[in-house]
Amino acid sequence: MASRSEPPVPGGAAADPMIPRVARVRRRRRDAPQVWTLDLEIEDGDGTGNFAFAPGQFNMLTAFGVGEAPISMSGDPAEPWRLVHTIRAVGAVSGALARLGPGDPIGLRGPFGAGWPVAEATARDVVIVAGGLGLAPLRPALYRLLAERARYGKIILLYGTRSPDDILFRGELESWRRRLDIEIEVTVDHAASAWHGHVGVVTMLIARADFDPLHAIALVCGPEIMMRFAIAALRHAGLQDESIYLSMERNMKCAVGFCGHCQFGTVFVCRDGPVFRHDRVQHLLALKEI
Amino acid sequence: MDTVGQAVLTPDGLQILLDALRRRSYRLVGPTVRDEAIVYDDIAAIDDLPRGWTDEQDGGQYRLLRRDDDALFGYAVGPHSWKKFLHPPVLRLWRAERDAQSVRVAPEPEPDERFAFIGVRSCELHAIAIQDEVFLGGAHVDPHYRARRQGAFILAVNCGQAGGTCFCASMNTGPKAEAGFDLALTEIVGDNGYIFVVEAGTEAGLAALADAPHRAATQEEIDAAESATARAAAAMGREMRSDDVHDLLLRNLENPRWDDVATRCLTCANCTMVCPTCFCTSVEDTSDLTGAESSRSQRWDSCFTMDFSYIHGGSVRASARSRYRQWMTHKLATWFDQFGSSGCVGCGRCITWCPVGIDITEEVRAIRESESAEKGSDGRA
Amino acid sequence: MEGLERIVKEHPFFAGLGEEFGNLVSGCAQNARFEAGQYLFHEGDPADQFYLIRHGRVALELAAPGRGALTFLTLNEGDIVGVSWLVPPYRWTDDARALGLVRAISIDAACLRRKCEADHDLGYEMMKRFVPVLVERLEATRLQILDVYGVPV
Repeated sequence: MASRSEPPVPGGAAADPMIPRVARVRRRRRDAPQVWTLDLEIEDGDGTGNFAFAPGQFNMLTAFGVGEAPISMSGDPAEPWRLVHTIRAVGAVSGALARLGPGDPIGLRGPFGAGWPVAEATARDVVIVAGGLGLAPLRPALYRLLAERARYGKIILLYGTRSPDDILFRGELESWRRRLDIEIEVTVDHAASAWHGHVGVVTMLIARADFDPLHAIALVCGPEIMMRFAIAALRHAGLQDESIYLSMERNMKCAVGFCGHCQFGTVFVCRDGPVFRHDRVQHLLALKEI
Repeated sequence: MDTVGQAVLTPDGLQILLDALRRRSYRLVGPTVRDEAIVYDDIAAIDDLPRGWTDEQDGGQYRLLRRDDDALFGYAVGPHSWKKFLHPPVLRLWRAERDAQSVRVAPEPEPDERFAFIGVRSCELHAIAIQDEVFLGGAHVDPHYRARRQGAFILAVNCGQAGGTCFCASMNTGPKAEAGFDLALTEIVGDNGYIFVVEAGTEAGLAALADAPHRAATQEEIDAAESATARAAAAMGREMRSDDVHDLLLRNLENPRWDDVATRCLTCANCTMVCPTCFCTSVEDTSDLTGAESSRSQRWDSCFTMDFSYIHGGSVRASARSRYRQWMTHKLATWFDQFGSSGCVGCGRCITWCPVGIDITEEVRAIRESESAEKGSDGRA
Repeated sequence: MEGLERIVKEHPFFAGLGEEFGNLVSGCAQNARFEAGQYLFHEGDPADQFYLIRHGRVALELAAPGRGALTFLTLNEGDIVGVSWLVPPYRWTDDARALGLVRAISIDAACLRRKCEADHDLGYEMMKRFVPVLVERLEATRLQILDVYGVPV
């Protein structure tokens, strides 16, 4: 006979996943209209302030007194003392976060979520398709891939955004482009005549990209409409659903599977994602209002 | 008595047992009449229980009626469920204090009281087990739920009658309590009024029983208890074929029935408030005027609200159709994929407390029948 | 002329056309070259010829008062520049500017229209090649006008 009626609770006193650590803003940079990048450092912990994360993971950042929002980590996982986050200021919380400056305290919970399958990319061509702010959660993957360059086949970055003013991380893209071992194509929806780069949707870049569809992996992140069409173009180019990964976004209040907000069919975006292999969510992407 | 035998308690004996639990510092909560309903609240004595009351329930209807006897547990379930205590409607998570240098975050301390839940029905035992899986069974553990769940004493009651909207028999969640309790009582008629046939489920239950005068049950009494629950099982107000619901709903996500229910559903969220397994929450940050003190609280939320799925300037589920579909397919289908069981325990609360009487068993039936109709009309199997 | 015939027949856009139709099309073709910044055509001009890019890139623009020239599409090697030659009133609806040196095959639109009218099978072969271009550009334009990267208000 059991001694008590409640179920055995997993051993070990788990930390409360809803309590934020206190971090501090070190740097604040404007990347594009309404898009800001904050570098954070953690005050507590082991003293070194190191924070290990995988490319594609996110944190919940708190603007004290205002609220909390899920923000992608957009920095180099090999520099765990610099916690880089890229924020688009669209609401009360993200606006408050984007207004924080050097020295301001900020709450941090994380890292959360399943990240990009960098290990799966070994020996394959890697096609990275980014749209708008989607380049931010993909940048850590790019850092990781370029740090171990010899492990992978071709690395191709296809980046589409609204206009030349909205291009994120422009300096970094230009310096990567000067490398001989990565192909970068950037396109915008419209531009003034001073822009001599591509104008048109990013899906058109996919058709022109030269990679081996039988030995390639694609990482896709951007607005959902753009991801649907990018995936269609990747499949048209010969990629299998099991070789395509995308990062989803949904409303999140807890990031640990308790609040229920981020449900997408059978999955919780916060803990089963945000990165998903396409075959797992393919049927859900085709449904409206799911 | 041996550890697996059954005992008998009189109402006085039950009172002594409750007193003993109180002396051991348990906070007793159980059913009581308030605002013309049977709700769960703090109780001290068996006089606080709804003696002589029963409930009449149907789609969108609930009222209390006087019984012609003095049964203490002669009713089904009301609008409250035990999640009110285990997963509180409003809960502060932390406070933060800001000074010139920094911010200090102080987690809200956990309560040091232990609950004794008096009168838990079998469907509710299953509901508690389902929420145990949600909050304790995953990669993260909810410390607030754990603090309230650990050490809780559960005194279950086997239903002797079924409610007008009950369908626990269909869901294999009752009416007889099988597991998850410390003590389980079945109220039967004795020589001088009601008595309780008691079964202990745990050592803690045995210890509590030892504090109250009791005797071994006779075979006749044990049989009477069995008959009571068998009668309840045969008199369910609703039924739902439950072996195929997961696949049925997931292949009918565009069934016209969703449009039909959308013309009736007010998205009032009552069903999610009364459902014993619904667990969704939201958080709210507040601060004083100077920003020196701030705090975050968690509160119940519902997938029926427009804000629930808000992202990038709009809601993913803007239509009532999509929100009803989300609730019902989560409860009956995707819950299996997420937590390994159905989310529904057949308690019928969502049917009773829906202002327009939407009946989840009827919706499932309609969708299932629409498939047979389709097959029949085009002649293919 | 023979060099041009070969170039036309071997171009991927006209793949599978066959000897006879290849000759018909080449009969309407000429080489063309544009320096960086030069316009292939302007909005409102008669759509007398369209171009098949062999080398270089072309920007399609619309001029708006106060906003200058706005590029809405750039085209690359292998792309067709100009589809308005297919439908009356056969006038260009945008400006096309060479973004660098551009070498192209220019095809006399009136010539090709006449030949398609005379031989409907040739006409159908042309339609099979041009309609997919129209559809692809229409689908791409939809995504552009939806402003999917835009900040919602």
